[in-house]
Amino acid sequence: MIGLRRQRSTRRWLTFGVAMAFGIVMLIPFALMVSTAFKSHAYVIEIPPRLIPAQPTVDNFVTAWTGQDFARFFLNSVVVSVSSTVIAVTLGAMLAFGFARYSFPGRRILFAALLFTMMVPGMVLLIPQFVLAKNLGILNSLPGLVVVYATMNLGLNTYLLRGFFSTMPSEMFEAAEVDGAGVWASFRYIAIPLARPGLATITLFSFLAAWDEFTWAIVTLSNKELYTLPIAIRSLQRAQATEWGLVFAASLIALAPVLLLFVVLQRQFVSGAFVGATKG
Amino acid sequence: MIRTGGGPLSGFSRRRARRLLPIYGLLLPGLALYATWAVLPLVNSFVLSFTDWSLTKPPTPVGLANYERAVGDPMFWKALSGTLGYTGVTVAGQLVLGLGAALLLHQRIPGRSILRLVYYLPVITSWVIVSLVFLYIYNGQAGALNWVLVDVLHVIDRPIAWLAEPATALWAIAILGIWKGIGWTMVVFLAGLQAVPPELYEAAEIDGAGSWARFRHVTLPELRPTSTFLLVVLTIGGLNAFISIFVMSSAATGTIGGPLNSTDVVLTYLWKQSFAQLDLGYGAALSFLLAAVVGAISLVELRLAREQSR
Repeated sequence: MIGLRRQRSTRRWLTFGVAMAFGIVMLIPFALMVSTAFKSHAYVIEIPPRLIPAQPTVDNFVTAWTGQDFARFFLNSVVVSVSSTVIAVTLGAMLAFGFARYSFPGRRILFAALLFTMMVPGMVLLIPQFVLAKNLGILNSLPGLVVVYATMNLGLNTYLLRGFFSTMPSEMFEAAEVDGAGVWASFRYIAIPLARPGLATITLFSFLAAWDEFTWAIVTLSNKELYTLPIAIRSLQRAQATEWGLVFAASLIALAPVLLLFVVLQRQFVSGAFVGATKG
Repeated sequence: MIRTGGGPLSGFSRRRARRLLPIYGLLLPGLALYATWAVLPLVNSFVLSFTDWSLTKPPTPVGLANYERAVGDPMFWKALSGTLGYTGVTVAGQLVLGLGAALLLHQRIPGRSILRLVYYLPVITSWVIVSLVFLYIYNGQAGALNWVLVDVLHVIDRPIAWLAEPATALWAIAILGIWKGIGWTMVVFLAGLQAVPPELYEAAEIDGAGSWARFRHVTLPELRPTSTFLLVVLTIGGLNAFISIFVMSSAATGTIGGPLNSTDVVLTYLWKQSFAQLDLGYGAALSFLLAAVVGAISLVELRLAREQSR
């Protein structure tokens, strides 16, 4: 009996060792990014690479933030991500509630169209969206980013929230209807408060998707002052003598809000409830 | 004068309209946005794929010419094989390592929740940032990878420019794809593992099954629906790989899809046709061919999974 227990405990420590080793390997790229961000340019490419910088400096962060109009890029990203998220979550919740709780002519075909379009690769839509934005005069503008990001997240938000709304007990809605509550009142005062965890999750996903979006931004933005963080960071990388310290300091600034959300809302990120939604 | 009543039927339909109106009101804003920015572009793109169009003059209809051209275009086939190779490697890598990570963290070990965060970190970091980090690691002269392989492990004699060699570039990018996706795959597998009824393990143990036998005959079969889901989603993700290849190939070689088109995938080829050559009709046709490939492969995978589970 004791032998068995010892065997179990050895195995547990072995598992722990393997898990730790794997974790270290997974962390190496981040460790390099962080340490390089604190190195001055002379040390960014050194053999052997030092994990702890010889003369650590925060110059890169200062230069990234002040020298490159970075505060502006950061603000652009915040504006675009927040407004597209508000639209995608609000309209997504309205659509999901309609599809989940009511029957009406056209319901099945509309929902099928929504799902079908959701599954088409984004690149298929890129050229016509470009032409449409051009015709509407919102090419090379932040509103042009907002509408496309809101649309990009709307399908998934609707799909996920519909699941949430359709599992809610009907008695509650029936009782409200008897009391004279209309569609909007049921939506606002019953469905939305009950769906709060689901709303938190899709808010997070919509925000992240917009914060990280690259392809549409690089297609439509030609004015540098409209850049969002992903394309601003990429523009720091040069063919020769890239200032890696600067690139990674800027990257860490862009990553900071994401990490903050991640730590605060960890449950939403790694819960199995909405599995499938974070895959970029 | 107000026209009143035409019998019970119109009263009924008015009541029906009054019932339906707020519902459509609820749906209208979302549907309008979606119709304008997703459905309409989709239809337009399809129509465009049957035209010759270069932005400067109006599109002219050319029938199936763009699709015929793709079939006879060796560069398209090269890009498609790049897409398939990248997808095969990254899906296999993510499934194996994601399952491994999930099995490790499914045990009760110290620091489990911190390790789960660590494995998940790449998932929430944007593609642009991780691409730049790996560009730095793969640096041809003094990147960390070359340092480890040359000076620490002595596996190779001199540094290799991983992203500038046609033989290695796409696979170096695929390793980034695997690393970034392990955490997500793990979380899905963990959810699947938690759903396995403990009685099954107890019964297997009573029958004298060792840990390998339990894994082989209990865990794996019980994880089948999870694996199918992952296979399909990861495949779709692999077939749509773009940002990492775009950023890394253009930075390391000066051309998208370089060196020597060795990292070309359907989306980078499509990008170059559309935005460098301004051959927008051809680009649209390529995008529908990719969508067809995505649809076909997903269906085959689902069919195979269903047959296996019988």
